[in-house]
Amino acid sequence: MPDPNLSSEVDADAPVVDAPQSETPAFSDTSLSNVPLSVYDLTVAYHRKPVIWDVSFDLPAGSLIGIVGPNGAGKSTLLKASMDLIPRASGRVRFFGQSYRQAHNRVGYVPQRESVDWQFPVSALDVVTMGLYDKIGWCRPVRKRHRALAREALRRVGIGDLADRQISQLSGGQQQRTFLARALVQDADLYLMDEPFAAVDASTEHAIVEILRELKSRGKTAVVIHHDLQTVPEYFDYVVLLNMRVVAHGPVMDTFTPENLQKTYGGRLTLLDEVTEAMRRRESSL
Amino acid sequence: MTPLHDLLSIGWMWLVLVTELPDLLSAATQSTQDSLLADLIRVVSMRDYNTRVVIVGVATLGGAAGLVGSFTLLRKRALMGDALAHASTPGIAIAFIVATSLGGDGKSIPVLLAGASFTGLIGVAGILLIRNQTRLKEDAALGIVLSVFFGLGMALFGVIQQMQTGHAAGLEGFIFGMTASMQAADAQLIAAVSVIVIAGCLLLFKELQLLCFDEGFAGAQGYPVVVLDIILMAMIVLVTIVGLQAVGLILIIALLVIPAAAARFWTETMSRMIVCSAALGVTSSVIGGLASAMFPGLPSGAMIVLVCSVFFFVSMMLGTRRGVLIRLIRRRQLNRRIDRQHLLRAMYEQIERDQDAVDESLSHRKTPVSVAKLLSMRSWTLRRLERAIDRAVEDDLVRRSNGSCRLTGAGLTEAARLTRQHRLWEMYLITYAEVATANVDRDADAIEHVLAPEVIDQLEDLLDEQGTMIAVPVSPHDIAPEAEMENKTGGGEA
Repeated sequence: MPDPNLSSEVDADAPVVDAPQSETPAFSDTSLSNVPLSVYDLTVAYHRKPVIWDVSFDLPAGSLIGIVGPNGAGKSTLLKASMDLIPRASGRVRFFGQSYRQAHNRVGYVPQRESVDWQFPVSALDVVTMGLYDKIGWCRPVRKRHRALAREALRRVGIGDLADRQISQLSGGQQQRTFLARALVQDADLYLMDEPFAAVDASTEHAIVEILRELKSRGKTAVVIHHDLQTVPEYFDYVVLLNMRVVAHGPVMDTFTPENLQKTYGGRLTLLDEVTEAMRRRESSL
Repeated sequence: MTPLHDLLSIGWMWLVLVTELPDLLSAATQSTQDSLLADLIRVVSMRDYNTRVVIVGVATLGGAAGLVGSFTLLRKRALMGDALAHASTPGIAIAFIVATSLGGDGKSIPVLLAGASFTGLIGVAGILLIRNQTRLKEDAALGIVLSVFFGLGMALFGVIQQMQTGHAAGLEGFIFGMTASMQAADAQLIAAVSVIVIAGCLLLFKELQLLCFDEGFAGAQGYPVVVLDIILMAMIVLVTIVGLQAVGLILIIALLVIPAAAARFWTETMSRMIVCSAALGVTSSVIGGLASAMFPGLPSGAMIVLVCSVFFFVSMMLGTRRGVLIRLIRRRQLNRRIDRQHLLRAMYEQIERDQDAVDESLSHRKTPVSVAKLLSMRSWTLRRLERAIDRAVEDDLVRRSNGSCRLTGAGLTEAARLTRQHRLWEMYLITYAEVATANVDRDADAIEHVLAPEVIDQLEDLLDEQGTMIAVPVSPHDIAPEAEMENKTGGGEA
């Protein structure tokens, strides 16, 4: 189903620095049906202060995409506004060429772990089952086969034995895996993850990376908000550098450069050294 | 301010009960012993048609409030019902004034409830307006709307008292609740509305659960979050408005919050929580309603709250999942387990240090360790150490012999297991989390007590890959404690 021509085209026009999207005239929806997430001219404002400005990019299908930027750069806002969870001042967002409303069942969302109250009286299995509510439909009960699917998803993230545990009894990493399982159980084509690596243990980080790679191997796309610059070259193929505006986006090798990071983060040189080192490691490993 | 205010109301109710009940009882007994007994039997057996209908109505109300209350509590909107009820006060007064001045029946329940809903909804809209359009938070918005509307209502009640046509008697039933004055038709209205709310909660259980747990994910799943919130709000409005007559506007919040909060102590599963909450709501309403029906002077709202608060207190103390008692017991057990683990590991490490651990076979490791030595190894008091030893002796892990103790066979196995676990964790931290070697010991101490078996398996696998010895790996840091060094320096000074 992914059109090889189109995805290679997106790859080819790679490091785009604040590029106007003029080469896609009329912005026809059908031409975007293979673009998992296309954002054009998106602006979001809280009260009177804009949080993200004129954000535009098309993301390539079948790749792992990191969204990187300093605190307050509007990374979460970008994801939430794309899914119509918060109102946007202007802009157009297309998922596989459709509005979010039409395409929502092809998109799996992993919110920030801190966004919910983990004292809530549900088990890990209950949480994962929530990923199926949309398929089950309004007012219909959860059936055995749905629970079996949820159990399977928990096994995939490596905590199948904790299915019946109340969520407050899970460690931070296990809670993050539960959220991941809830998105996986939807069997979506595009996954949007809001800091899945934040404050998790090393083995959970490893497990999440494994799952991301497995998703990619099945032609799925994942957009991941990420904080640890050192691991960006290792985990992702494509990167969006964001600081209220899109500073740059494109394949990691061309885009994740000290110059672009300097523009994104300002002059924090120690950070840049670390990144340069990480890039060198990746180059030598290739 | 509102929880305090409710707490005060509850306290006041207790006071009223304690001071008034003897009078009420003696008034009843004076009229002759027989008639009290007859009254009691008449009410409890519900032979009277009116009482029967009223009790059934109040019971369904309690069930509906328990269900809706669980969702609102988990949505953290519990006080919305309180604001709504208070905001309905002017509506009742206005409806009464308008109806009587038009020549109608000022005490017609549907008319009064329509008025109550009208200002109640204006109140809620006011809260949302303040919250969304200003920088004030929800608690301030609630406080403002609640007090302003209640004040306005009270002022209007005063006006009614002054009116020529006004027979305000009966209206105060709306403030504290009065099942005694309820008619069968009123109760039928309550029951019908409550059944609708119960059906709504059960049908939308899945959707409301998702809304309460993770609003963002619900939105991402394509659920209309605003519509779901409005549905939940509408159910609160229904329960609150029809509950005004039975429970009263000041205390209806109790029926929305207390059963749900009490149920939370007993279970970690939402479906069980709503069932438990509904059951508590039904029971309190029936007992409170019966009491009020028996003694016409006794406000039913007050009785319902009192019964609720007894349930709540019992649940808070004895709740099997989150109760105070169970938490204390769990903490005590954990402390004892930690003490035991510290004891066994201290002994094991001491023995290991005394002898050349690599050459000796296990059986030689059962040498005695002096209690004084153990005391110096950790920061525990003698009393605590002695108790830990006593408990270990009881479980046949340790034997005492004047001033020192030694491990039994079982004790040695357990001590070896614990030490291994401890060191596995230390190695894990050193290998994977880049923790400085000197800082490891404290972290490992804290975490080994909650280490799940599956984590240990994982650690073994990880360390196995590195070719690390699994049996009991040699401690990665020097285990000579400060105590020993202190002894050495102390000896030098002497």
